[in-house]
Formats: sequence, structure tokens, C-alpha cells
Amino acid sequence: MDFISILSIFVLACFVGYYVVWSVTPALHTPLMSVTNAISSVIVVGALIAAAAAGSPSSKWLGLGAVALASVNIFGGFAVTARMLAMYKKRERPDA
Amino acid sequence: MHEAVAQPAWALLAYLVAGICFILALRGLSKPDSSRRGNYTGMVGMAIAVATTLALQGFASIYEIAGAMLIGGAIGLVTARKIQMTAMPQLVAAFHSLVGMAAVLVGAAAYLNPEAFGIAVRVTPIASPSFVSIFPQSRIEMGLGVAIGAITFSGSVIAFLKLNGNMSGKPILLPLRHFINLGTLVAILGLIAYFTQDQSPWVFFTIAGLSFAIGFLLIIPIGGADMPVVISMLNSYSGWAAAAMGFTLHNSAMIITGALVGSSGAILSYIMCRAMNRSFISVIAGGFGAVASGGETAAIDRPYKRGSADDAAFLMKQAEQVIIVPGYGMAVAQAQHAVREMADQLKKEGVRVKYAIHPVAGRMPGHMNVLLAEANVPYDEVFELEDINSEFAQTDVAYVIGANDVTNPAAKSDKSSPIYGMPVLDVEKARTVLFVKRSMGGVGYAGIDNELFYRDNTMMLLGDAKKMTEEIVKALG
Repeated sequence: MDFISILSIFVLACFVGYYVVWSVTPALHTPLMSVTNAISSVIVVGALIAAAAAGSPSSKWLGLGAVALASVNIFGGFAVTARMLAMYKKRERPDA
Repeated sequence: MHEAVAQPAWALLAYLVAGICFILALRGLSKPDSSRRGNYTGMVGMAIAVATTLALQGFASIYEIAGAMLIGGAIGLVTARKIQMTAMPQLVAAFHSLVGMAAVLVGAAAYLNPEAFGIAVRVTPIASPSFVSIFPQSRIEMGLGVAIGAITFSGSVIAFLKLNGNMSGKPILLPLRHFINLGTLVAILGLIAYFTQDQSPWVFFTIAGLSFAIGFLLIIPIGGADMPVVISMLNSYSGWAAAAMGFTLHNSAMIITGALVGSSGAILSYIMCRAMNRSFISVIAGGFGAVASGGETAAIDRPYKRGSADDAAFLMKQAEQVIIVPGYGMAVAQAQHAVREMADQLKKEGVRVKYAIHPVAGRMPGHMNVLLAEANVPYDEVFELEDINSEFAQTDVAYVIGANDVTNPAAKSDKSSPIYGMPVLDVEKARTVLFVKRSMGGVGYAGIDNELFYRDNTMMLLGDAKKMTEEIVKALG
């Protein structure tokens, strides 16, 4: 992919993000933060490349460290979001 | 312009699918009903991104990687299960710091082994040994990614310490701090530009070092109640760091995610600033609340009405509608369950109960909503400021628990007040205001007295928020 294609993806994704996030109900802003936190750990992709590559042991260790940190976030972030979302319940019966 | 990262088409498509999963994950949060499915979609996206990357590498070093994921994953899962809901702001800050650190580590790894990332060429000049030259464009992307990651890390660590109470929530003001901050920022940008000319280690590591420093310097002058803005801002940064690394790696999943998270955090910061009627710049400049803290003596002798739990129970029993206004104090006292019990008792008596939430109540966006949800309060009884504000005039009792500045009528009438212009909940329009507060001495975060305490229709309930509410429950029963 050349730089212009990448930039196009980025700019369009910013617009998508803008409209999607405005549609999030304020009651769910805390889960929004924790889930965005979990997905920003997609940086693990870069960590995996470094961890798998041969050629530089120090780079490999940095990569493995980043994999561990990002994993805390991925598992912790999705799990805590799931825990929070499970608590949001509707009223059982409408009030008289 | 270079074509170094020649990824197969299936991988590009898989990353695109992962990116779309993340968009759908956020989209799911538009309603509580669809939110759980959204979260699962996010997990699927992450699994696709990880599996694709592993497959692209031919599952090299898979055992070490699995080990690292196992350790990290276990820590994450245990933390997520054990953490108390009142500690969510700290947890989110801690998680942000990890994303930041991961970005720095990935940047450093890419710097040390650029060929593995396909961002460099081997140059063999005549009569000298060959060396690896990183593409200038990749150097900028890498420099930015590391800088933003480092700022996210150190900023989040400070935010965590402040939210967790390891560090005072009061702003710490260094002399000449604007000058120092600006100078450091300029130095970082200058070094990133210079990095394109000279890829020596000192340039790279100075960029990282200065960025750690500026993250620290930026957050220490910001006070506790501005934390909703700070935490949203750091959320945004963690996204931009991921996006910058995505540019370096030419990875669409990272770029899409980075853009989503970046805009999400930016929008939340904007919403929080608007709710405090403060500009983003003034929050970042810090120091709010430090000036006025000496002003609490003036108002202490003014007469006010004090009530007991029995008085409160009696008033609420007679009411047709009660609106509960929670704030950070409710979180500190862990009073959310007691509040729910009180609401249940009132409903049994035929009283209509609603909850009103100010956008900056608590320490992070949506903080109060999560606590009420934890206490099994149905989310359709919980209303946002603009949806419920007109109802106070037809309400018999407003029960303010742990909120202060967000109810202060001075924001509407007193032009000299530091919170003038901030949208507030019109609690004073209710027939009676029951204001739960530890003592009359303390002031709200903004360091100003609340006019509301001395109104004729206000009854102060002095005591611990949880104990007071529990006593009211007893008196109601």
C-alpha cells in the first residue's frame, strides 16, 4: 500500500469514528473508554512482528514485552467491558 | 514512497475485516441492548488481527509469544474480574499507560530491527561497510508513534496515581511550566525532523526520553475534577499512537482502530469540556481550583437548615417524584447500593424515582452510570442533564448525594464565580432539596461555596453518604 492509500484509510476512519462515537449513548461512556482501550491494543500486531523476527535479540525481547503488555490490555479490557455491560439492565416492569 | 511491506492480499483483507469488527464494536454501544454483542465483535476483530499476524510470520517463535500472551492475558483477566467498579477510572488510566508503553516498545523494536518491519533498505556505499537505512518517511511515523506512546504512558501513570490517591489530586504548579512544556514540545518535534537526516540512537532515545518527560509535566498541574477530560484525552492519545505505528507498518487494522480510538477520546474530551464550560486549552494548562481554595471561611457562618434521616424519610415518603443526583462523593462512600435500596423503598410507597446525571459527575465519562448499573438500577430510570433538567420544577424532592459544583446555582447567576456559565442541574427548583454532605466546612472541587446550602428549600443532611442513606432506608422501612 502506498502512503496515499494509507492516508485515505486513516482520514475516512476518522470520519467513521466521529459519527459512530457521537451515536454512543452517554450512559455507556465508561464502557466506551474501556472497549476503545482494548481495541487500541491492536498495536499487538507490531509487537508480534518484532517478537517473531530473527536478527536482533534485543528487538525480539522488546517485542515480547510489548506482546505481554498489550495482552494485559486485550484480555483485561474486553473482560472488564463485558463485566460492566452485563450490569446494564432494563426495568423489569413498567411503573404504574 | 515505497513498497517494502509486500503483504499478501488475504492478509490485507483479513486486517480490513478486523478493522470493520472494531467499527461495529463501537457502533454496538449506541444502545445497552446491542452493546454486549458489540463487545464480542471487538474480540473477534482482535482474534483475526492476531491470527493473521501470526500466520504471516509463519508462526515463528510461537512458544515465546504464547508465553507472553499467557502471562499478560492472565494478569488482565484477574484484574478485570477483581477490580471494584468504583476503581474503574484508575483501571482505565492504568490500561492506557500499557498501550502507551507497548507503542514505545514496538517503536524501539522497529528501530533496532527495521528490516523485520520492512521499513528499511540495506545500503552499501563504495569502500565502506553496508548499513541499514530506515526510510525517512518511516522515521517520521516511528518518531511520532514513540513520542505519542511515551506521552500516553507517563501521562497515564500520573493520572493513575492521582485517581488512585497515591498522589494528591491537587494541581502541582511548577514555575515557568508553560515555558518548559512548550520548549520540550518544540524540541521533540525538532528532533523528529532531524531524525530523518540522522538515524543515530541518541536521536531516537532522546525523542522517547523527552516525550516521557512532557507526559509527566503535562498531567501534574491538572487537578482531580478535571480528570474526566484528562482521561479522555489520554484515551485519544493511545489511539493516535496506534495509528502512527499503523502508518509505519502499513497495517489497515491498526490505522482504522487508531483513528476510531483517537476520535472517540477527542469527542469525549470535547463533551467533558463543554459540560464544564471550559476550553480544552485551559484544562490542559491546568491549575484549576488551586486559586480559590482559601475562600471557604467567608461563608461558614451563614445560617442553614439541618435535617435528620427521619426528616428526609418523611419528606420523601410524601413526595410524588424524587430525583436522585449522584456525584463523586457517592463513589467515594460506595453508597450506590444503599441509594438503590432507598429508591426501592420509595417505589414501594408509590413514589416515582429518577436519577439525574451531570456529564462530569465523577472522575470519568459515564462513571455514575456504571456505578448505578452495578447497584442494579435500571438504565431507563437514569437521565442525562438535558433530558431531566426541566423536570426539577415539578419534583417534590431532589436528593443530592456526593455532588456539589454541578448543582451550584451560582453557575447561572453569579458572573464572578469561576464556574459561571457551566451547565448545572436545576435542583433548587425542586420543592425541597436534600443535600447529603460530610460537613459544612468543605467546599466543592472548584473551591467555591454553594449558594444552594443556604436556601430556604434546602435541608442539609450532614454525615457519611452511605450511612445517611442507610439510615433513611431504615426510617422508611
